[in-house]
Amino acid sequence: MSMKDRMSGNEAVAYAIKQINPDVMPAFPITPSTEIPQLVSTYIANNEMDTEFIPVESEHSSMSATIGAEAAGARSLTATSSCGLALMWEELLLAASDRMPCVLALVNRTLSGPININCDHTDSMGARDTGWIQIYAENNQEAYDNFIQAYPIAEDERVHLPVMICQDGFITSHAVENIILNEDPDVKDFVGEYKPEEFLLNPGKPIAIGPYAISPYVMEARKAQEEAMENAREVIKEVAGKYRQKFGRGFDFFEEYRTGDAEFIMLIIGSAAGTAKQAVDDLREKGIKAGVLKLRVFRPFPAEEIAAALKNAKAAAIMDRCESYNGHGGPLASEVRAALFENNVRIKVLCYTYGLGGRDFTVESAYNVFDELSQMVNDGKEFKQHRYIGLRSSQSPEVR
Amino acid sequence: MPYNLKEVMNKKERLTPGHRMCAGCGATIGVRAVLRALHEEDRAVIGNATGCLEVSTYTYPYTSWEDSYIHNAFENAGATLSGVETAYRALKKRGRLPENENFKFITFGGDGGTYDIGFQSLSGAMERGHDMVYVCYDNGAYMNTGIQRSSATPMYADTTTTPVGSASNGKMQKRKDLASIIAEHNVPYVAQTTLTKDFKDIYKKSEKAIYTEGACFLNLLAPCPRGWRYETADVMEICRLAVDTCYWPLFEVDHGNWTLSYEPKRKLPIEDFLRPQGRFKHLFKPGNEDLLVQFQEEVDRRWEDLLYKCAK
Ligand SMILES: Cc1ncc(C[n+]2csc(CCOP(=O)(O)OP(=O)(O)O)c2C)c(N)n1
Ligand code: SF4
Ligand SMILES: [Mg+2]
Repeated sequence: MSMKDRMSGNEAVAYAIKQINPDVMPAFPITPSTEIPQLVSTYIANNEMDTEFIPVESEHSSMSATIGAEAAGARSLTATSSCGLALMWEELLLAASDRMPCVLALVNRTLSGPININCDHTDSMGARDTGWIQIYAENNQEAYDNFIQAYPIAEDERVHLPVMICQDGFITSHAVENIILNEDPDVKDFVGEYKPEEFLLNPGKPIAIGPYAISPYVMEARKAQEEAMENAREVIKEVAGKYRQKFGRGFDFFEEYRTGDAEFIMLIIGSAAGTAKQAVDDLREKGIKAGVLKLRVFRPFPAEEIAAALKNAKAAAIMDRCESYNGHGGPLASEVRAALFENNVRIKVLCYTYGLGGRDFTVESAYNVFDELSQMVNDGKEFKQHRYIGLRSSQSPEVR
Repeated sequence: MPYNLKEVMNKKERLTPGHRMCAGCGATIGVRAVLRALHEEDRAVIGNATGCLEVSTYTYPYTSWEDSYIHNAFENAGATLSGVETAYRALKKRGRLPENENFKFITFGGDGGTYDIGFQSLSGAMERGHDMVYVCYDNGAYMNTGIQRSSATPMYADTTTTPVGSASNGKMQKRKDLASIIAEHNVPYVAQTTLTKDFKDIYKKSEKAIYTEGACFLNLLAPCPRGWRYETADVMEICRLAVDTCYWPLFEVDHGNWTLSYEPKRKLPIEDFLRPQGRFKHLFKPGNEDLLVQFQEEVDRRWEDLLYKCAK
């Protein structure tokens, strides 16, 4: 059974939180994620759920308290964006290294400066090496579906790692769209009860968390974390499979849109995939074999699967909604090229930075990208490998 | 119950020996004294900010703590224990913990982790009123990283970031009065304590803090022989001098009522507290008499202020 509704991405995630009814949620407001704690507080105020909400005094404290609560044996979560994620940086690493299966609802927003409240992926991409599983959504439906899968992945004994469920600020978080919601009992059944093996409040079985460790122990601890992240591959697929079976929606690591016979593939994360798909449909009508690979899971990184999915294309565009300042693209560009190299897939790629600070990624921008791939392959035109798309220029200086 | 030193001292230690703190460190003596106030049948979760106490008592794979223990980071002992305490309420409410099990929540932070970098986290936890006790073991500097000044460091102390030199007399600023600041949060119970001969002051205040519902705060002067440069064996004498010179007055603020716990019969000159400590050696060089006068004036001013608050 399911219910049709209309909701924004924030509302969808808050609704999923209500259905799961976790034990503890510390949170602090920041645009564009603020609605999530507001909605949760309202559900609690109206007795629609009974999670303990902690109105902390900063995001550093929201993640610190999330860790404390999770360590104590409570299913815990928080929500944030941008500067909030940056402020809790040290704690992100601690959540992962303390092996806390907590969840963070991230609403992607750029990081200062200049201070700006709109979407790009600077925040979560900066946190890509903190040891969190990262799952991205194209729209409100996926944000909802992903959130419901978060705890079953995080709490799996093979994993025991925190999970970040990301959606694009404003574009997804605030746009009201149709959505299919699952019934409460089905969600509760899917997520299950939290039964930690070891926790601070286990009577008669005290534990200590957060030691100082000398060098002979640190690398082994890190390696165990790395193995857990490797195990997460299997678990993410299993959970996605069960979700599809039960609710009929969703993907494993990525969605392949018209890539079967595609000569040109755009690899992209988040809401801009919708725009890219529209461009692909338009180009296909003109006989251009274009496709989109929309990445859902960035950590663990599905390198082999991506390489296999791109192997028959002539060229790919790798789209980063953030900058790495390494001169050759963003984090997705670096990782995808490493994946292609490692798997002996020698196709041509161009790496694009797009959509920073909420800059629109238009269907025209996507046409341009595919056009450049085609010029490179068919006309032998040479391009600088790392390119910005959608910049104002001397030809189009107007501010819209 | 009347206080019985022998009985109290015979209680099972909840911070066991074998840790790596320096011999005679005031922090461990203080922590053990606080934990003795826990009723034996009660369980506890102990929090700890990064600092000497944490790195020396839980060095993987060994822990000296009998109770559940969590160290998270340097600046967030308040927030971390907020989460633990809230989880307790959530799990109790949802019937996931046995009803007859009582947990108490106590967190220890050094002065650096409490007065400085963890100040916001502490303030937030106090304002939200979590049922916990925050104990600051104040040794007046960042000892773990090698004796750097903090906002708890007394004026003129020689530290590695306020070194005494031809152009410097040590720390130029006065210390922050944290107990008063937390009292201004209008929490149910705040007290200032240290190690006294019979350990009664610290025991009584700890018991009150642990068993008063809501957020409570203890400021515990915990001498550090290494950073203060006094003879290790003299820890109790140093504490006595801190109290009898009124450098470290013993008081409590119980639901807004300020009470002096002890008034020296004869207030000793501040020199008595400063002289045994190497960090104040320069104050006793000829030509620096005015520094001692200023130090005394500051102690007097604060003492008068406290007497006023306690309506004496
Ligand atoms: C964010 C951060 N900054 C700095 C440090 C380095 N550091 C660890 S302990 C410490 C000083 C601790 O001082 P205090 O809280 O007074 O405790 P003590 O060592 O004196 O017992 C410092 C500066 C750290 N661990 N984390
Ligand atoms: S340096 Fe000072 S505070 Fe640290 S363990 Fe030694 S005596 Fe204690
Ligand atoms: Mg200190």
